[in-house]
Amino acid sequence: MNLDQKLAVYYWMQLARTFDDRMVAHWKQGRGIGGAFSSRGHEAISVGASYALGPDDVVLPMHRDLGAYLLRGLTPREVFGNLLGREIGPSRGRDANLHGLSKLDAGIIGYISHLPHSMPVALGVAMSFVYRGEPRVAMTYTGDGASNSGLYHETLNMAALYGAPLVVIVENNQYAYSTPLREATKVASIAGHGSGYGMPGVTVDGNDVEAVYAAARAAVDRARNGGGPTIIEASTMRMLGHAIHDGAEYVPPELLATWEARDPVSAIRARLASEGVPVADLDAVAARCSAEVDDAIAFVEASPWPDAAAVTERVYAD
Amino acid sequence: MQTETTTSNFGFSSSDVATTGRELTYIGAITDALREEMRRDPSVLLLGEDIAGDFGGAFKVTKGFEAEFGRRRVVNTPIAELGFTGMATGMALMGLRPVIEMQFADFISTAFDSIVQFAATAHYRGLGAVPWVIRAPSDGGLRSGPFHSQNPEAWFVHTPGLKVVAPGTPADAKGLLIAAIRDNNPVIYFESKPLYRTMKGPVPAGDYIVPLGQANLARRGEAVSVITYGAQVREALAAAGRLADEGIECDVLDLRTLKPLDVDAILATARKTGKVLIVHAANRLAGVGAEVAALISDEAFEWLDAPVKRLCGLDTPVPFSPPLEDAYRPNAEKIYEAAKESARY
Repeated sequence: MNLDQKLAVYYWMQLARTFDDRMVAHWKQGRGIGGAFSSRGHEAISVGASYALGPDDVVLPMHRDLGAYLLRGLTPREVFGNLLGREIGPSRGRDANLHGLSKLDAGIIGYISHLPHSMPVALGVAMSFVYRGEPRVAMTYTGDGASNSGLYHETLNMAALYGAPLVVIVENNQYAYSTPLREATKVASIAGHGSGYGMPGVTVDGNDVEAVYAAARAAVDRARNGGGPTIIEASTMRMLGHAIHDGAEYVPPELLATWEARDPVSAIRARLASEGVPVADLDAVAARCSAEVDDAIAFVEASPWPDAAAVTERVYAD
Repeated sequence: MQTETTTSNFGFSSSDVATTGRELTYIGAITDALREEMRRDPSVLLLGEDIAGDFGGAFKVTKGFEAEFGRRRVVNTPIAELGFTGMATGMALMGLRPVIEMQFADFISTAFDSIVQFAATAHYRGLGAVPWVIRAPSDGGLRSGPFHSQNPEAWFVHTPGLKVVAPGTPADAKGLLIAAIRDNNPVIYFESKPLYRTMKGPVPAGDYIVPLGQANLARRGEAVSVITYGAQVREALAAAGRLADEGIECDVLDLRTLKPLDVDAILATARKTGKVLIVHAANRLAGVGAEVAALISDEAFEWLDAPVKRLCGLDTPVPFSPPLEDAYRPNAEKIYEAAKESARY
């Protein structure tokens, strides 16, 4: 990545982090509605991988991918609007928190709770590109927990079989809710699934945005050039609980401390500083992110609720 | 009437997609609809197990399709119903119109999660339209046992965001399938296996649409309303013919679409006769008949002259052995008896 690219991903990672911090604070103050899912620790994966996509590609993130949603075209206002159940949210109050953040015309297909249900949908998106002969790529994100489900394996098998232009990012954040990966599978390498289905499997440090970008970029280019799908296992740590209510007392504190020392947002900041970017410039990026999130929250809190009389509308397309 | 009940391989061979002028078998009408739509609209494609090549699917519905349309549009899938149904949803979101052949309706439970959680909710949640169709070969009477005889329509009728159809004639098999393919929502199309090659009838050539949500009054009478769908329409008409010989004239309402129900047609016949018998092969508890009965209770109570009765499959798995399956399943004889009892009430 060149310096401009690194500055760009820093901005998106910082925006996701600032948003996330403010979201968590909002909920802890009792001002949230329902649940909330933190992306803390996942910024390098969600931003680094999506940054490798082209403008016409389609992304299907999961609930730790605030960075991907923002980078690909949702505004902080739209996302916070969804969190607070307002009409401005992409689901217009129909779907909760980071679920339902779709903007199809921007190539964003929001996730649903049932991981890995975005995977076969992403495969279908990729197959639509093949069907129409378009040089486009679909990328989806899922988790280590979902890698144990049958649907995940069905999708990998079909993606390889059909040579689909699909990139699957598995965010191995060590825990599926309270269950550590070692208690869910005997297999040490999720990327190793790739060889089982006839596709490349790549392991990458999920806290190093440049490494994530490089792996994703290679996979996106291969997919676009007819080389078929890739699975990328990006390792990180879920730094907060499964959702806002979860204190994650089951995670050893020393494990969190180890990963905190490798925080992906701090890491890209440090790298930029070491390459000569003045700290004042980095602080200016952070301040801009803060202002954007402030604006989003203020805007959303004053924005209208959905009309209850419209609750039965839009179950069906015309 | 069910001449295929004792033959092997579900009674079907590859040679009998019969066409006589514009008379088609029920299954021939399904093939005709698919071919029409694939010729008309390049965004229509087929997905399913064993559907491509000379084989053309377990029931031969798509025999010859690969030769005409190519592998690109006639896509064989692995045995992965959940996966390829999700794949169809992705294709549909991007503007294609996939038609899935679920090899047997019984196997649709494997794909249930993707249908009810993702596809059915996508539009409401602000994502977009999901214009796919799942063809689900359903229904029994063919001595096929618990896993190849089911009528699982109630699961889907209960799910907001889906549409559900169940044709009972060759013409409706064509017209409803074309309507389903052109609809911008996920539609489950329950085709009735016992009708496949035992029912032949006039089917309009070319573009022929039976709009979703419109029932058909298949026979008119004053004494009793028999409300039904799918293969039981034929049974109900046979029963109504026999009752007419005895001076008992029945309305036979073929629902055709189970979601959305044709509320006006249901209420019209209930208010006309005041005596209603609801018939379906699916088991009774919380079935489509329960909803129809509740609707009549809500909206036509003042017109009723008899309890609304249901004649349905039993609340058991679908049994295999002929005496057991015959005990399980409604038929013309049972409808005759039940409608007569309602008429006498």
